[in-house]
Amino acid sequence: MTHSRQWLGSAATMLTGLAVTIVLPQVADAFEVMQYTLYVVLGIFTLSLAYIWGLGGILCFGQGAFFGLGGYTFAIVAINMNETTAALVTAIAIAAATAAALGYFMFYGRLSDVYMGVVTLVFTLIIWKLINATAGPEYAIGSARLGGFNGIPSVPPLNVPGDPGQPFDPVAVFYIACAFLIGVYIFLKLIQVSRFGRLSVAVKENEVRAALLGYDVRLIKLLVFTIGGAIAGLAGALYAAYQSFIDPNAFSLEMSAKVLIWVMAGGVGTFVGPLLACFGLQALSIWISTLPWANSLLILGGILCFVVMVLPKGLLPGIADLLTWAMAALRRRPADAATVPATEGERA
Amino acid sequence: MDYALVVLIEVLRAVGGLVLISIGLAIIFGMMRIVNIAHGEFLMLGGYTVVLAGKAGINTWVAMLVLAPAVVGLVGIAIERCFIRFLYGRMLDTLLATWGLSLFIVGFVTVVFGNTLEGVSVSLGSFEVGRFRVAGYSIFIIAMAAVLLVGTVAMLRGTRLGLIARGTMQNPGMAAALGLSPPKIYMVTFGIGAALTGLAGGVLAPITGVVPTMGIAFIAQAFITVITGGAAIVAGTGSASSLLGSVSQLTTFATTPVIGDVALLFVAVALLRILPQGITSRFFRRSL
Repeated sequence: MTHSRQWLGSAATMLTGLAVTIVLPQVADAFEVMQYTLYVVLGIFTLSLAYIWGLGGILCFGQGAFFGLGGYTFAIVAINMNETTAALVTAIAIAAATAAALGYFMFYGRLSDVYMGVVTLVFTLIIWKLINATAGPEYAIGSARLGGFNGIPSVPPLNVPGDPGQPFDPVAVFYIACAFLIGVYIFLKLIQVSRFGRLSVAVKENEVRAALLGYDVRLIKLLVFTIGGAIAGLAGALYAAYQSFIDPNAFSLEMSAKVLIWVMAGGVGTFVGPLLACFGLQALSIWISTLPWANSLLILGGILCFVVMVLPKGLLPGIADLLTWAMAALRRRPADAATVPATEGERA
Repeated sequence: MDYALVVLIEVLRAVGGLVLISIGLAIIFGMMRIVNIAHGEFLMLGGYTVVLAGKAGINTWVAMLVLAPAVVGLVGIAIERCFIRFLYGRMLDTLLATWGLSLFIVGFVTVVFGNTLEGVSVSLGSFEVGRFRVAGYSIFIIAMAAVLLVGTVAMLRGTRLGLIARGTMQNPGMAAALGLSPPKIYMVTFGIGAALTGLAGGVLAPITGVVPTMGIAFIAQAFITVITGGAAIVAGTGSASSLLGSVSQLTTFATTPVIGDVALLFVAVALLRILPQGITSRFFRRSL
């Protein structure tokens, strides 16, 4: 893809996002807008993994850990200070610091891909266990009780910066979430075209070559991972503010699996694909949870298996490949274009 | 003195527990390089086999030591045929696919059996150590772990199947050239790993209880143990279990079980920082 086309695509995405942000609250009622806010927040979360996996080549199975840490930090600081701007900043900082610390052990230990995946997974599980065990009243930070399995209730909603007495209404929260989503998207796009972004792609493509050219692979990976952790923390904080509640489920395997499935299904290496997959699959799983016989884990697992086995590049790129291939076939032999064999079966 | 003996037994039990939950994974992940995230679900299926067999009136010991490994071994072979065999050599894809599988199995079992805790009762009584009482089942777990370790060594070292399996994992092309069928050997090896895991699930069921989501409790410890152990399957699992089990159990004695788990993780991560290839990359290198 040429540069100008890439820029055009990004601009189109941003404009679409902006248009949706403005139009949606006009056509939907307040309750629906509140529900869409959740999609937007999860979209930010998706971008965090789409970035570190797609551009950094780091497969993190515990992205939920940073999401949850962001949420818990936000809740604790917001309850103690009764003010959310500082809470938001602290949440991002804590998530980023944790990612940096974990990343130091992984990247400077030169763990291989798979070990890294497992270590991030284990890290998430341990936090999940730890948080679940904080049920007693002795586990409190300031006036915020951690609450163990029940989580932290009554987290203050987002308020106007500098004016704690003035919370935003739900529609304003939707605007803020959208602004953050678009902001994160632009930020990541800027990183992508920067020198650092190109370096991280180089590391992803060929770690040894990048190292031989004199770049510090470990540091680059660590930075990418930390940025991803910070974004996940932001998403977690917004999630806690939106729900006015956070519980250990944020650290659950289901959370980390969900975001992974969204990115995989949408296509690793893009931003828009994972976002669309996030919105679509989230809507799907909400619909599924209304069915009596189905179980969201059953469906999630099924989708993940299907994507890995049949469309390893993701739904959108997979479909795009198929289309390109079909177009080429059409052009070559317009006569018998109807006999299009399935490309996917051949790989097995 | 009595207290020291009780602590020793409890530490050995923790070590034995780690050996049980990770020996199957050591074969599937350590030997075959398949990152089986559904490992915890294999344990869970072993537990459910014991529960269902108990409801059907089958002797608990038969269910635990015969049925659980048989059922889970067959499930493992079915999974290998349907999914894993397409993914050899693509480690990350095995990881993602088995994660999907893991979620799927949890969802499936929840839909079929409901999200309830099932208990299994076996009585081995207890015996006195000075002023303390120790459950007989602790001794059983320690013995089972020892039997499994020795049995795995004997199988890999002493039998033709073990030799063939080890050779095939090292060089499938050469094995095929010698007239063996690597796909069949992969299938059997995966089945054996699954069966050992099912056995462990059955043996642990009376302690943990059985719920669809119980796998999550084990998966982290199992992977950390195998990774910390490194390339040698039995020596790695044994040494990593001994180290991590002792650390977590002694910390548990001093504080709480949760802190014990956290200590386990920290020791493992710190160890991997020093020995990224695991314990057996430096110690016991010639062992199995």
